[in-house]
Amino acid sequence: MNPMQRKKDRIDALAATAGAAADIPDAGRVSDSGGLSLIGSAWLRLRRDPVFLIGATVTLLFILLAIFAPLLAPHNGHTAYLIKEVSADNPVPGGEKGFPLGADGQTGRDLLSRLILGSRQTLIVGVLATLAGLCGGLVLGTVAGSLGGWADTVVMRVVDVMLSLPSLVLALAVATLFGKPSQWTLIIAIAIVQVPIFARLLRGSMLTQRSSDHVLAARALGVKRSAITFRHMLPNSLGPVLVQATLVLATAIIEAAALSFLGLGNPDDSSPEWGQMLGQAQQYFDIAPRLAFWPAGCIVVVAFGFTLMGESLREALDPRNRR
Amino acid sequence: MLRFIVRRLLQAVLVMFIVSALLFAWLRSLPGGPVDSLLGERATPASRAALSKQLGMDQPLLVQYWHFLDNMVHGRFGTSTQVQTGADALHIFFQRLPATVELSIVAIVIALATAIPLGYFAAKRHGGLLDTGSVVLSLIGVAVPVFFLAFVLKYVFAIKLGWLPPSGRQSADLDATRVTNFYVLDGLLTREYDASWDAIKHLILPAIALASIPFAVIFRITRASVLEVLHEDYVRTAESKGLTARIIRGRHVLHNAMLPVVTTIGLQVGGLLTGAVLTETVFAYPGLGDALAQAFSQRDYSVLQVLITMAALGYVLVNLLVDIAYAIIDPRIRTR
Repeated sequence: MNPMQRKKDRIDALAATAGAAADIPDAGRVSDSGGLSLIGSAWLRLRRDPVFLIGATVTLLFILLAIFAPLLAPHNGHTAYLIKEVSADNPVPGGEKGFPLGADGQTGRDLLSRLILGSRQTLIVGVLATLAGLCGGLVLGTVAGSLGGWADTVVMRVVDVMLSLPSLVLALAVATLFGKPSQWTLIIAIAIVQVPIFARLLRGSMLTQRSSDHVLAARALGVKRSAITFRHMLPNSLGPVLVQATLVLATAIIEAAALSFLGLGNPDDSSPEWGQMLGQAQQYFDIAPRLAFWPAGCIVVVAFGFTLMGESLREALDPRNRR
Repeated sequence: MLRFIVRRLLQAVLVMFIVSALLFAWLRSLPGGPVDSLLGERATPASRAALSKQLGMDQPLLVQYWHFLDNMVHGRFGTSTQVQTGADALHIFFQRLPATVELSIVAIVIALATAIPLGYFAAKRHGGLLDTGSVVLSLIGVAVPVFFLAFVLKYVFAIKLGWLPPSGRQSADLDATRVTNFYVLDGLLTREYDASWDAIKHLILPAIALASIPFAVIFRITRASVLEVLHEDYVRTAESKGLTARIIRGRHVLHNAMLPVVTTIGLQVGGLLTGAVLTETVFAYPGLGDALAQAFSQRDYSVLQVLITMAALGYVLVNLLVDIAYAIIDPRIRTR
């Protein structure tokens, strides 16, 4: 047996342990053999997984950038420093000393500073939209998965309806409900699109648990239904939901850009956001495509980082994916 | 089998019924409501009251909803106020449908033609360079905003290099005969092959941009599904029997691995329309997505009503067909 094969076998053995651990309650803390829990073995794999490391590094750098943005930005995001350079034959001033990326358009604000400051708003929109979607999905999914019966039917039909509309159409419909678009309408619109995805995921994993041994044991002991739901079923269902949240964060940032592009983003650009910057850059695309390339590049890198992290987490927590 | 089909049909009708109720609630709760959006800024109290009465807004909500449903079932969605002023909204839908269908078909074909072979070979050489490379490519595909990709394609291939046209469905100076409004097909039917070729050239860039969404999904499903099948006993049996690689690939691996892929294609319909809204806007391609974006930004509610209803109906119908097809292929589904 070659060393590569042996390594694969060991991973498979690890995976099998993790699979067995998932079936017993409190899988996160206790394990049956070898002193390895599901999370423990997943961490062991993640630590050596280059995909996870790249994703986590990008994500961490992005979060640090968002936190320290005002300290890192060379200028503020709203003063029109380069407005004197704006003219008919130079509508979008390019880079010069102190302003390496030039102006952000005809307003003459510093593009580099706005990009750095934009990380914060982008993170806020992504995180809040994901959290709101997660909360909505948690409520619907828990109701459907733990109560079952007609509650399940009603919730799932509502979810079907939400899924039957293309995500962007649903987001646009929600955004038009509010008279004036703002950062909050953007967040709500993106969040509502994520609700059915989370709800389905949670319901699915709750349904499989309803007939699993640890829930039956709890029921046989006479544990109240609410306690079974919140203490036994919900914690065991959270893994895939949290992985999904990492992936949704990436889509939320991209979706915010799409809504801005279609004119339903936040019109107030005093605190910049990458999606908004990309949306506004389209009017200069023919003369200064770099205005679109910079925010788009930032979005791609960050979305890529979140996706890499989410995918490797999913793979690590789902032993069936290991071959 | 019949019972399964009937049950799924009833579910589909129920979903459409809820969609109509939500749509009605949505139209009623829009800022300003339908009266203001129809009258615009010239509204006087008298004209508003008159229009309210004409629209039946003075009647109880349930009666209004009944009229709304009645109109919808009979295809009376009202006239467009902005997108094509004065035109029947349903007519706009049917007029623009071929454009988007044409674009979506080309996009799906591009996605299938690239994603399935790539997914197969990535799984076959699991962990290899091709595998890693194509996985990274599909992840980047997910991370790039579709409209940005569309802009880049347009900038590079249409504006800078000038290889392909930057916008529209067909060159305006080309006086092509219309038969079905599927421009490529029309050209073939009337033997105006230059018209077909011109339409194809207009399709390439938007279709590539649009294909990026289904490509990533189909690639990942194919890869995962082939990985699963490759380790099945019957594949090992086929290999040990000494069957040729081609037969194993076609009859044993791909045949079985395609089942989840078929379901995913059904689910991609909604994603395609989302993508169509963005790509058609960038390429000024006169399809449903372009109409939808315009209707939203200019608040053309009759057009929105048609397009949203039809989007939901399309999604429900396609998934109904996929479910039925699936039940025919895999009998275990029927009992669920």
